[in-house]
Amino acid sequence: MNGLKRALSRIPWTYVGKRLMIAVPTLLVIVTLAFFMMRLAPGSPFSAEGRQSPQALAALEAQYGLDKPMWQQYTSYLGGVLQGDFGPSLKTKDKTVAEMIGDGLPISMTLGFSAMLIALIVGGAIGIFAGLKQNTAADYGAMGFAMVGISIPNYVTGPILALIFGVWLAWLPPGGLDFYTGHMTVATMTLPVLTLSLPYIAIISRLMRASMIETLRSNHIRTARGKGLSEREVIFRHALPQALLPLISFVGPATAGVVTGSLVIERIFTLPGVGSYFVQGALDRDFTLVMGVVILFATLIILLNLIADILYAVLDPKVRYE
Amino acid sequence: MTGTVLDLNRNTETLKAAIAGRSLWDDARTRLVRNKAAMVSMIVLGLLVLVAIVGPMFWPYQLTDLSTLRNSPPSLAPFHPLGTDLQGRDLALRLMVGLRMSLLVGFVATLVSLVIGVTWGATAGYLGGWADQIMMRIVDVIYALPFIFFVILLVVAFGRNIILIFLAIGAVEWLTMARIVRGQTLALKGREFIEAARAAGVSRFNIVRRHILPNVMGPVAVFVTLTIPTVILLESFLSFIGLGVNEPLTSLGSLIAIGKDNMEQAPHQLFAPALTMMVTLLCLNFIGDGLRDALDPKDR
Repeated sequence: MNGLKRALSRIPWTYVGKRLMIAVPTLLVIVTLAFFMMRLAPGSPFSAEGRQSPQALAALEAQYGLDKPMWQQYTSYLGGVLQGDFGPSLKTKDKTVAEMIGDGLPISMTLGFSAMLIALIVGGAIGIFAGLKQNTAADYGAMGFAMVGISIPNYVTGPILALIFGVWLAWLPPGGLDFYTGHMTVATMTLPVLTLSLPYIAIISRLMRASMIETLRSNHIRTARGKGLSEREVIFRHALPQALLPLISFVGPATAGVVTGSLVIERIFTLPGVGSYFVQGALDRDFTLVMGVVILFATLIILLNLIADILYAVLDPKVRYE
Repeated sequence: MTGTVLDLNRNTETLKAAIAGRSLWDDARTRLVRNKAAMVSMIVLGLLVLVAIVGPMFWPYQLTDLSTLRNSPPSLAPFHPLGTDLQGRDLALRLMVGLRMSLLVGFVATLVSLVIGVTWGATAGYLGGWADQIMMRIVDVIYALPFIFFVILLVVAFGRNIILIFLAIGAVEWLTMARIVRGQTLALKGREFIEAARAAGVSRFNIVRRHILPNVMGPVAVFVTLTIPTVILLESFLSFIGLGVNEPLTSLGSLIAIGKDNMEQAPHQLFAPALTMMVTLLCLNFIGDGLRDALDPKDR
């Protein structure tokens, strides 16, 4: 109870307030930029639907209010968003953007969080191990592996893994949802999550190694050793808690990266997540759908970065945000 | 002061040696040359660049040449060392042209980000005060944009255009550069030699140009070498989702995308560009790492 109180007292409320104040104009800039880029792009969401007469096209545009002046469209869209209404999808008939995101988000979230969790555990373990064994063969091996992991983009590992395990060996489905249930299962998730997490395992292990090495050199570790504590206690009670700190500040930006990664992963493994909606929506000029996804991801990234900063301040008493 | 006194007592030989000194860059070069991974990477990368630039000139085919052999396996007679693709185009030539495109995008977009980032960061850092506040808040706001979405939107809005891809990627990559340079500038600004320059009447512009910029070049050089692979990845990502350069031009990302669609019949069409990309990125990353260790050896 006391610990919780102390933790709460460390939250830099003014800083959080300031950050939230910046978040509002940031989101507004994002919405505005995305809106006008999407609306000024040539092409119409309805132009691909076969040979329509100009009258029919005009009628469709009028139905969705696309014939009004641009600023009027902008203000009415913004007004809708403020009330939580993201409008209908222009391409997928009978579905609102909110419904589509509701369909796709669980898939993207499951992929993203599983990948992040695996990356943190595996990458953290490799990094700690390499840091403890600095400049040994094991260290070089682990870091060589990490370098390869950073250098292969996931749209390369994805297809290759799908080819080897999905097609040649046929151990796992090479893509798509479960054939019978139409949901994601452990089997259908394995390859996408593995592909998504590999580069992050690599980055986190490098980060963790550097942080571990730096911590092991610090004075309080020398003190702990000088007191005659066992090596195990020195590492787990004194070194690890401090060495883990930089990971927290990495999780925010990394999640943004995972989001970006999901664009590709969902395309490679043909999973109907939010990322795949975005690319298809942009190509189809389904601008309400694109805007919805942009707003969703921008909010997510801003929030995660803020949470990471708060956690950092709570865990590391040296940090002071001014 | 004591140092000078001691030096005067020594003979002139050692005095000269002491005066010759070694700059940060001399030291860094010595350390970099000793780094085997970085040196091997430089040689391999040099070869790759050479092949990408010179190779297509001496190749017996043109990008527009179509062979009657479609989807053929690698063979030396007829001369198709990596086979042909679905349209009958020579894959080896496409690979060289693709590599050239990826490297070009990598270097040019990084240069764009370097120029914008350094100017912005140094100006904000040196001016300080409200100008710094405004300039860095702008960076913060752009930083929060999910930039990959904006690159996609840009490409969708203005069409697939190579110049646009350079600009778009360069425009999102400058932010970190600006932050690094600003931080360094702020740290340097309070140092005595800057104060001395100001006292001597050097103009603000010249202080930034002559005294601050040369001192921030270390971290910037490291960041630049690590930005090039990021940019190459970003471009090939765009190409992979079908928003990259137009045919018949190609890039490693487009080749990987095409190879992926055809991997069950002809896996080498995926493996060849994938391997080329991996080697290129590995080299760039090793050079970047080597440079960082050479300029900032405290982590070794």
